[in-house]
This record gives sequence, C-alpha cells and structure tokens, in this order.
Amino acid sequence: MLSIQSLKSYYESICALKSVSLHIKKGEIITMIGGNGSGKSTLLNSILGLVPRVTGTIQFENKEIVGLAPSVIVKMGISMVPEGRQLFYPMTVLDNLLLGTYSHYSMKEKKNIAQRVDWIFDIFPVLGERKRQLAGTLSGGEQQMLSIARALMSKPKLLILDEPSVGLAPKIIENIFQTLVNLKEKTDLTIFLVEQNAKLGLDICQRGYVIETGQIILSGSKDELLNNKEVLRAYLGKE
Amino acid sequence: MNFASQLLQYTLSGITIGSIYAMVAIGFNIIYNSTGIINFAQGDFLMLGGMLVVYFHKTLHFPLLIAGFIAVLIVGGIGIGFERLAIHPLKNPSVITLIIITIAASILFKGGAMFIWGKDSFYLASFSGDEPIRLMGATILPQTLWILAFLFLIVIALMCFFRFTIIGKAMKACAYNRKAASIVGINVNNMVLISFALSALIGGLAGVIVTPITLVDYDRGSLLGLKGFGAAIFGGLGNIGGAVAAGIIIGLLESYSAGLLSSGYKDAVALIILLMVLFFRPGGIFAKKEVQILKSF
Repeated sequence: MLSIQSLKSYYESICALKSVSLHIKKGEIITMIGGNGSGKSTLLNSILGLVPRVTGTIQFENKEIVGLAPSVIVKMGISMVPEGRQLFYPMTVLDNLLLGTYSHYSMKEKKNIAQRVDWIFDIFPVLGERKRQLAGTLSGGEQQMLSIARALMSKPKLLILDEPSVGLAPKIIENIFQTLVNLKEKTDLTIFLVEQNAKLGLDICQRGYVIETGQIILSGSKDELLNNKEVLRAYLGKE
Repeated sequence: MNFASQLLQYTLSGITIGSIYAMVAIGFNIIYNSTGIINFAQGDFLMLGGMLVVYFHKTLHFPLLIAGFIAVLIVGGIGIGFERLAIHPLKNPSVITLIIITIAASILFKGGAMFIWGKDSFYLASFSGDEPIRLMGATILPQTLWILAFLFLIVIALMCFFRFTIIGKAMKACAYNRKAASIVGINVNNMVLISFALSALIGGLAGVIVTPITLVDYDRGSLLGLKGFGAAIFGGLGNIGGAVAAGIIIGLLESYSAGLLSSGYKDAVALIILLMVLFFRPGGIFAKKEVQILKSF
C-alpha cells in the first residue's frame, strides 16, 4: 500500500532523514519506534507532503506522492494524527470533526458526513456527549480521541499516528490503543504508528521498524523486535 | 433646536460615522480570521473604492450602479494581486513580517492614488438625493440609510459564511492552527487568498457607499483605517458582530465629544479607547473568556 524508497528529507540544510526505505501492506498495523530527534516526525511529515525538501520516492497505492500538496495527499486517503494533537482549540468538537472531512466535502456528501459523525460518536461516546464544547476545554485524553476522530472523518485508507500516547495516563492510552486495534479489525484500515513508548507500540503491531538518527537500523516482526537484544536494552530497559 | 433634539442629532451622526468604522473593522476581521494578521492596508481599500467610483462615474460618466460595481471588482482584484505578489511568495513568514508588509502596501496604495488622482478631495453625489430626512427636530441624510442597509447585509452574509459554510470554517481553522489546517487537507494558501479578496471587496464596497458622506482623497484611508482598527480591537479581533457594535460605540462617543466638549477632541476619543482596551481588555469587550484563552492573540 505504501512503499518508501531511499527517502531523504532536509530542514534548511540539515539532513533529517538519511535514506529511509520501508513498506506497509494493506490491513497491517506497523509500528516505528525511536527516540527524540530520531526523525520519526520528519518521516511522517514527509509522507503527508509537509516537508518542502524531499528526495527519493514514496508510493501510495502505486502512485508517486512526493511533491504533491498535502491537500491532494489527504484526498488520496492518507490521514495523520499529528504530534501534540493540533486541534482547532477555539472551535467546537463538531466543527473539528467537520473540518476533518474538508478534503471531500460537498453538498451531496452531507448525509454521509452526518452518518460518519454518528459512527465516530459510537467509537468515542465521550465526544458525542461533548460535541458542542470547545476542543480546547477537553481533557488530554479526550483531545487525543478527537484528534484521531478528526483524522478518521476523511475515510482514510492509511492512518498515521505520531506519538499518540504522549502525556496521557496509562489507562487512557490502553483504551485508545484498543480502539485502534478494534478499528483495524472492523474496517480495512491500515495503521502506521510511531511511538517512543516501545512496549505499547510493539504490542499491537504485526511488524515494526526502529529508527535512529534518521536511519532505519532494525526491522522485523513483532516477536523478533520484542526479543531483540538491542531493542530490549535501548527501548525496553532490560539487559 | 432644544437640547434633546441636539442630542438626537449627535446620536444620528455618531451612528453614521460609527457604521463606517464598523465596515473597516469587518475587513480587518476577515483577514485576521484566516491568517492571524492585521492588514493595515484595509483603510486604503476603502479609499481606492471611493477614488475608483468617482473616476468611473464622474470622469468616464458611467451610471452610478455600474461605476460602483466596477470599482468594487477592481478593488477586489487589487486585494488578490496584493496577496499573490506580496504575501504568497514568502515561505513561512512570521506574523510580524506580514503585518509590516501590509504597512508597506498601504504606503504604496496611497502613493499610487496621489500619483494618479492628485491631492484634491473628490465628491460623489448621494445615491438618493441630499434632501435630509427630518426626525423629531434632528435630521438624517438618506445616504446614512444606505450605509446602514449595506452594513446590515454585509454582517448577516458574513456571519452566515463563517458560521455555517465549510469554507468559512476552514478559513477560521487556518488562523487557529495553520499546520493542523494543512493536515486535514485544507489548502492554506487558497484560504489566505480568499480572505484578502473578500476583505478587499468589502473595503471597496464600503468606499463606494461612504464617499458621498466622507468625500475621498488619497489619504482618506489612514485615519479611517486607524479608527476601524480601534473598533476591531474594541470588539475583539475576529468577532464580526463585536466589530459592528464597537464601531458604532466609537462613532457615538466621537460625535458626543465633538458636540458636547469640543470637536478638536474628536479623533483623540477613538485612540484613547484603543489604548484603554489594549491595556485592560486586550481580547476586546465582547470576548468570551474561554475563547480568549485558547487564541494566540
């Protein structure tokens, strides 16, 4: 579904990604783990077209997407839950959700969008209870749910999440990750998760990658990674 | 003329001048709503609208309606050109850079207008005669009714636009969080362009309808822009209803102080209000506390 070949991304003259290659198949949950400054967020921003200087290829459903505008890429079916949630805080929960459908909003779609909103409120009932509240007044966990919900509104084929667990209580994280797994099972959603919290991230995936200083240093199935000495030492804190 | 009818007269002229400020303030708010910047060339859109309608109507002898229509369209075009040439080419500019660019544009528009039309003031006849309407001892110009009617229409149309349409919401979203707006697939550049076009159109329209009352010269935009900015701050940046109320309050205070104190203090009133609001309630008098905390400024 998504295949990245020798991708390099630059911020100004700094090379933040040095030749990254990876692939994601339809229906998979793929987790990428890495520390601060390892290039995780740069990679996700590059996929969505938010990084101005990128070389290499990114193919989504066999179409090249490097150089396309974010609005076009979102329309093709990639949706991102950004780091730090990035909601429209002074707007209501409902407006945040509606804006999630912006890429294919039209008068004809109105009915489908209303159904989509109901579907979201089934998955995250708490958002339904607070639909008229301003997004900025929600709790951290609710904001994260809203950020995921907003990304789901555009009916993505591929959902990418940038560290959704940051700053949340373990119980809420568990709840959110369980929701993601359920979603993947019920729909044909593909998920690309980037996490610092290696244990959580790897637990729900089928395959994973480890990124360090802009390069992928390891890849393998969930069990391979969970039992890898390097991963155990550096990310799971076990000798 | 007794005191009561005098007071009524001040009120009526205050409302007239206040609704002009309100129109300028609305223009500020539209651009603020989608970019977070203050466009200091807003007053000059008004001036250009006035100059162009005078030019088409009195020099080229087009009928008023057509002259006004062309003037508004040209000002809209100038707004688009301004955005494409001066705002759009910058990559990741800071808000303060953009604001300074709008000041430069304002100087350019003024200079251009002076170059083309000179330093004289121009007059445009009222749309429906100059015969004042009498009202309990006071008088009101028919043109004031035109201004109020247009103001009302513009406000209703814009409120619906920002509250109920997805494009209006997307424009607001761009101001609140540009990055998030691109992430959900909003083309931020287009939204900025639309906002400049829209506020230039409204500025141009305001220029056309206020010229019979204010007259127009190349520098007319500066003070109107400043007063309108005061109204926008007073009503809370981005709040269109607030801008109208604030514009009219400033107009009234100005008119009362001119009538009851001295006309020399007229311009000082708006500026004192602007300073007081910035000191004590920088979010404007109508700001919901909740919303204010969540905005960047």
